[in-house]
Amino acid sequence: MTLRARVMLTLGTLQLDVELVVSDAVVAVVGPNGAGKTTVLRALAGLVPIDGGRIAIDGRVVDDPAAGIRLPPQDRHVGVVFQEHRLFPNLTALENVAFGLRARGTPRAEARRQAAHWLERVGLPEVAHLRPRALSGGQAQRVALARALATEPAVVLLDEPLAAVDTAARAELRRLLRGELRRYPGARVIVTHDPVEAAALADEIVVLEGGRITQHGPLAEVTARPRSAWVATMVGLNLLAGTADGTTVALPSGQTLVSPTPSTGAVFAAFRPNAVTLHRHRPEGSARNTWPGHATELYPAGDRARVRVDGPVPLVAEVTASAVAELHLADGGPIWVSLKATEIDVYPA
Amino acid sequence: MRRPRRGIAPVVLAAGALALVLLPLIGLAQRTPWSTIGSALRQHDALLALRLSLECSLGALALSAVLGLPLAWVLARYRFPGRSLARAFITLPMVVPPVVGGIALLYAFGRRGFAGRWLYAWTGWRLPFTAGGAILAEAFVAMPFLVITAEAAFRSVDRGSEEAASTLGASPSYRFRRVTLPAVAPSLAAGAALCWARALGEFGATITFAGNFPGTTQTMPLAIYINIESGNDGIALALSLVLLGVSLVVLVALRDRWLGVT
Repeated sequence: MTLRARVMLTLGTLQLDVELVVSDAVVAVVGPNGAGKTTVLRALAGLVPIDGGRIAIDGRVVDDPAAGIRLPPQDRHVGVVFQEHRLFPNLTALENVAFGLRARGTPRAEARRQAAHWLERVGLPEVAHLRPRALSGGQAQRVALARALATEPAVVLLDEPLAAVDTAARAELRRLLRGELRRYPGARVIVTHDPVEAAALADEIVVLEGGRITQHGPLAEVTARPRSAWVATMVGLNLLAGTADGTTVALPSGQTLVSPTPSTGAVFAAFRPNAVTLHRHRPEGSARNTWPGHATELYPAGDRARVRVDGPVPLVAEVTASAVAELHLADGGPIWVSLKATEIDVYPA
Repeated sequence: MRRPRRGIAPVVLAAGALALVLLPLIGLAQRTPWSTIGSALRQHDALLALRLSLECSLGALALSAVLGLPLAWVLARYRFPGRSLARAFITLPMVVPPVVGGIALLYAFGRRGFAGRWLYAWTGWRLPFTAGGAILAEAFVAMPFLVITAEAAFRSVDRGSEEAASTLGASPSYRFRRVTLPAVAPSLAAGAALCWARALGEFGATITFAGNFPGTTQTMPLAIYINIESGNDGIALALSLVLLGVSLVVLVALRDRWLGVT
């Protein structure tokens, strides 16, 4: 099962232009709020029209404005799990799961039999006769998953499936989603703003920012080598952009960074907050990768603390609790930053 | 503890308002010859009016549903220029005096009215002074009650459920039947009850447009009027009580929606 899509559309101030190819891997579309993630998903499902581009499911074109093709959602065979379950309030859990089968002409008894099987598969055979109002958030979302998968759609789209579920039920639902998504034979796309969720459920990440894809690739690659400030923040890395010439990287602020590996041209430099050391006074000795700055924000991170440093090279440093006390970091103020060259990962932009 | 001081004047006026509504009802009940009510209702004229009222009001409800529900759907779901104008026009009969509505109907659908002339030329049908005319007059006045209730209901349906249904393979008609309709059914029932009750009590437009012929256009309100005019109080009172009873039943059925009782 392969989904090939180029989605181009304008919605309010959002200008979306996204290309997606989904086949064997579970793809997570991640990005900040308002990046257009949900809109992409709705366009794939046929719930919003696209202005340009093309959507093909297993070679069958379901959307191509230039060719005048636009199949309505019911003819696309796309299953959607919405953020707020969207179960039908007047139907029982079993009838909800059977709905898609009935709508596609499966006889009543057979539809109910299959629906019961799906409810069992998501671990909820006992709620078959209950209406959505009587279900917990987690249960409702599991029924919604069963409902979407019961029609065996060619493409499964999940829109923030965990966002509306309370924390207690989230871990269990995540485990269920992970299992079901792994074994599902269709193309699978999950939209989320939560990198933990993306990491848990997906093999590939597509980062969407401002309607454009800023980075895509296997999960490990995207998290290790972020290509945008948003991704870097999400995975907890510092990210600097610059121009490399040998082992020297010129930063836009005029400062230079010395890296362990030589490269040329536009590069990204990523490093962990704990590779940064803070000083009250200019450190003696090596002048490499040492800059003045200004400690602004201080927030706890486990048994350590993170300090946001403004200045020519803005970054986040992770320091021990004793360093916070010794350096009076709680007071903020001017500070010196040094960074170990061996801890910097430089890669082409 | 000091109680906040409340003036007596609003209480007196409020009691006056209640009295305004209750005293006539008491008057009606007090003058009713309860023992002979059954025989009064069994009289020829009363029976005719009862049957005709039932037929015409149900006919008006059917006409309102067939035309008004699609109108409500279009007003709620389609965007087109002049939509708010259309919405204003459909509510007009609620505020226009029914007798004016009757005259307007006469000039449109009367034998010499512009629409009536065509209708007669094409089909041979004549509406004024027929039961069909009574149905039309009642629908003219009562349809807005169904349309505005239904439009609000169609508008408030959760679009998310409808979207979910279409992604599950439901055709628009299947989706309407299994998702939209169940969601709006209570509102549609309430709108239909209001519409029917209004049609049942219609007087001004009916008598002006359809006339006052026993058995063809003399519905209950008309029969009440004629009987009280001709001193036949027994039938008038009995029919009045029937109409009052129907109104009370409708009110009780809708109390959850209109009186905030749950």
